[in-house]
Amino acid sequence: MVRKLPRKDVVIIGLGWTGSIMAYELADAGLDVIAIERGPWRNTATDYPPGYAADELRYRIRHELFLSPSQTTFTFRNKMSQTALPIRSWGAFMPPNGVGGGGVHWNAETWRFLPSDFVLKTHLTERYGASFLPEDMTIQDWGVTYDELEPHYDRFEYLCGTSGQAGNIKGTIMEGGNPFEGPRSRPYPNPPQDQPFSHTLFGKAARDLGYKPFPQPSGNMSRPYQNPLGVRLGPCTYCGFCEWFGCGNYSKASPQTTILPVLVRKPNFSARDNSEVVRIDLDSSGKRAAGVTFVDAAGEEWEQPADLVVLSAYTIFNVQLLLLSGIGKAYDPAANTGVIGRNFTHQTTSDVVSFFDPAKFVFNPFIASGAIGMCIDEFNGDNFDHGPHGFVGGGYVGQVQTNGRPIETTPVPEGTPLWGAQWKKAVKENYQSALKPGTGVHGSMYSYRDVYVDLDPTYKDRFNRPLARITMDFHDNEIKQNKFLTDKFAEIFQAMGAKHVQKEYRKAPYDITKYQTTHLCGGAIMGSDPNTSALNRYLQSWDVPNLFVMGASAFPQNAGYNPTGTVAALAYWAADAIRSKYLKNPGQLINA
Amino acid sequence: MFLSRTKKGAISFRPVITFNRWMTGRPAPTKAKIGLRNRPALGSLADSSLDMPMRRRTFLVSLATWLVGTTSLTRARMIHGHAPWSPYPNSAPELVRPGPWQFFTLDEARAMEAIVDRIIPPDPETPGGKDAGCAVFIDRQLKGPYGASQNLYTLGPFTKGTKEQGPQSELTPGELYRKGLAALNKHCTSTHGGKSFVELSPTEQDDVLRKIEAGEIKFEGVDAQGFFSALLKDVPEGFFSDPIHGGNRDMVGWKMIGFPGIRYDYRDWVSRHNERYPLPPVSIAGRSDWTPAKS
Repeated sequence: MVRKLPRKDVVIIGLGWTGSIMAYELADAGLDVIAIERGPWRNTATDYPPGYAADELRYRIRHELFLSPSQTTFTFRNKMSQTALPIRSWGAFMPPNGVGGGGVHWNAETWRFLPSDFVLKTHLTERYGASFLPEDMTIQDWGVTYDELEPHYDRFEYLCGTSGQAGNIKGTIMEGGNPFEGPRSRPYPNPPQDQPFSHTLFGKAARDLGYKPFPQPSGNMSRPYQNPLGVRLGPCTYCGFCEWFGCGNYSKASPQTTILPVLVRKPNFSARDNSEVVRIDLDSSGKRAAGVTFVDAAGEEWEQPADLVVLSAYTIFNVQLLLLSGIGKAYDPAANTGVIGRNFTHQTTSDVVSFFDPAKFVFNPFIASGAIGMCIDEFNGDNFDHGPHGFVGGGYVGQVQTNGRPIETTPVPEGTPLWGAQWKKAVKENYQSALKPGTGVHGSMYSYRDVYVDLDPTYKDRFNRPLARITMDFHDNEIKQNKFLTDKFAEIFQAMGAKHVQKEYRKAPYDITKYQTTHLCGGAIMGSDPNTSALNRYLQSWDVPNLFVMGASAFPQNAGYNPTGTVAALAYWAADAIRSKYLKNPGQLINA
Repeated sequence: MFLSRTKKGAISFRPVITFNRWMTGRPAPTKAKIGLRNRPALGSLADSSLDMPMRRRTFLVSLATWLVGTTSLTRARMIHGHAPWSPYPNSAPELVRPGPWQFFTLDEARAMEAIVDRIIPPDPETPGGKDAGCAVFIDRQLKGPYGASQNLYTLGPFTKGTKEQGPQSELTPGELYRKGLAALNKHCTSTHGGKSFVELSPTEQDDVLRKIEAGEIKFEGVDAQGFFSALLKDVPEGFFSDPIHGGNRDMVGWKMIGFPGIRYDYRDWVSRHNERYPLPPVSIAGRSDWTPAKS
């Protein structure tokens, strides 16, 4: 028996970064808002106390903060001709779970995309000609520009207390910052974090090679900070337990440490945890959302009617929920029609592990934070001439010392046996003097006609719903891009004085067991044409105008940066459009 | 004001929480105008209460089974006006204590202690896998959720896929170890004149393990290389994970490489470049030399 709850103005699906931002903005506008979250509520103080949060086995190896695949998973195949099989334990990416979402366990690398990233198709076509792009590549412009998003990027950085060095303030290039970044309206709220030894070496070697290294923008606090909502964060202690972990020290920006403490006190906001939305309900016209149906932890089914629905789950769950709710036309790669599931992308990362003389170098790899780093951006986006290289896209590369956790970070030179006395000796000799960057090469992955998400015909979740099926492989363009970037990155380590540099290129086929990042993108993309996008430039569904879909699922293709800054800026941008335009006239904001 | 209809007993509202030291006490800068309920609804929503298709019932299929495996502490809650604070909702860590084997039989345990000492052999400075507690670590892991694949996706059909699609075995780690150890023993007794793995010399043991690794020895009914891969993953975890899990006894793995463990605040050391951090490691359970010896 489905039970119906009292109507709300807004129902929000998922209470991570974008759900928290939307909830705050819409509650602030006076609307009655409820958020429904699949996982549990999480408190900084009691869910990851510093006394035991630094447990590599529990959180990094056994994935305690993440969604458990027994709750739901995906199926995966490289090619459309293969049978997809379930991802039985997480590998290439880590779906988050619980209040705060990915904002709990992220490294807090807080980047902005390049101005050209938002007009990618137009930009590349103008510069290189349409024939320079691979035939099956389906990149698109976003429908929103960097300049339009700038104030929203700025808001998020000040919410988070981002530590960094500006490279371009209103068009003036700043010494020590990233000279390639789009113009920003003001500096970062906090100075960069202190840099360990390996970062300063990397910076010097990069400068000697003619690059412009800069400290990575970090949501780990370089000093105590009070954000514009009045919430305080503490200085980062460089403990080295950041990514995959919750920060019990209030030093990493997360919804819990920046926005939820204020949001949760608003009388017109409420949340339900441990409740999974199973469907967005449509009215009889099929053109408006009536609310959502969810199942609570006791198995009770509830209907939550609302006038406005904000879908802000993790990328692929957004896509899955749209498909399961029959919203928008499902993408068909054979006919090249439909939009839901289209332009799905992930990432093209790789490692360079370098070994230095243990008698001369002590790096203390455990003195680390999630987003501390020294990077160069010369090879990102279209910051360099791709003409001679025969590929498009790129990424930043950097020495990002994220951890010295010994299960994960005990590199040994290639050729060392995997066990026994020699292995043990190599681990001991190299731990302090080897560098294995936490990020390394962080490259883009552009979109293709045969990389997409649909519903699996065989495998089901615990509610007997079809799992989302991922069809994904690397294409030549990305493999070339990765080789180019990895080689450039390795040159810097050579210049630092490494005695042995190990290049671990990203190779095809795409491997679901090898962790890259949790930056899945696309599948419900934004754009200016309803035939090739699911959402308009305000992240509003073309098909159901009282539905807005947040998150990286809106990215038409992935850029060479971590997505959270852009995901959050888009949420502020959409919230602004709802407040300033939609509430006055609740219908389609764009006539297509 | 909100009519909470969560299942009876599921909600226990606690007093408004005191936020931690990093929070200001000042009230939220809210501009909320309550009472918008009286305002016309956004857009036209005339028929939201229409009866929905029966298919929603299907969501509940298999839910009951799933709930059996879920902690009884998981409840859906209505959160309003304050965060639902409760102490250690994520549960404090469990400390593995010495004692009898929990998963392995005595014979299996002896074989495991021999294996972990070959994978991580003792040397003059650092104990090997056995004295570091790696077999105890694996024993407790196999007895727990890991050994039973408790949180993984274990629904069929099971089909062997490509390497890129990841493991598709129906065996849990517990079953893999049980079968793998039995097969190892069977192999050794049949090829080494009735001697079990533990009765072989270290050189012979290394030789057997090397051949399993290379795919030269196959087991009956279980993937020998798959078993060896599990060992290569689990034994170093036992050597390097926090001692509270039963391995890395006395933090020997951490001392070997110079990892100071957890809890240190490195703000005073981050800019001291190329200087070795001088303090000894500390674990989640603290450090034994912080506890005065009983007289």
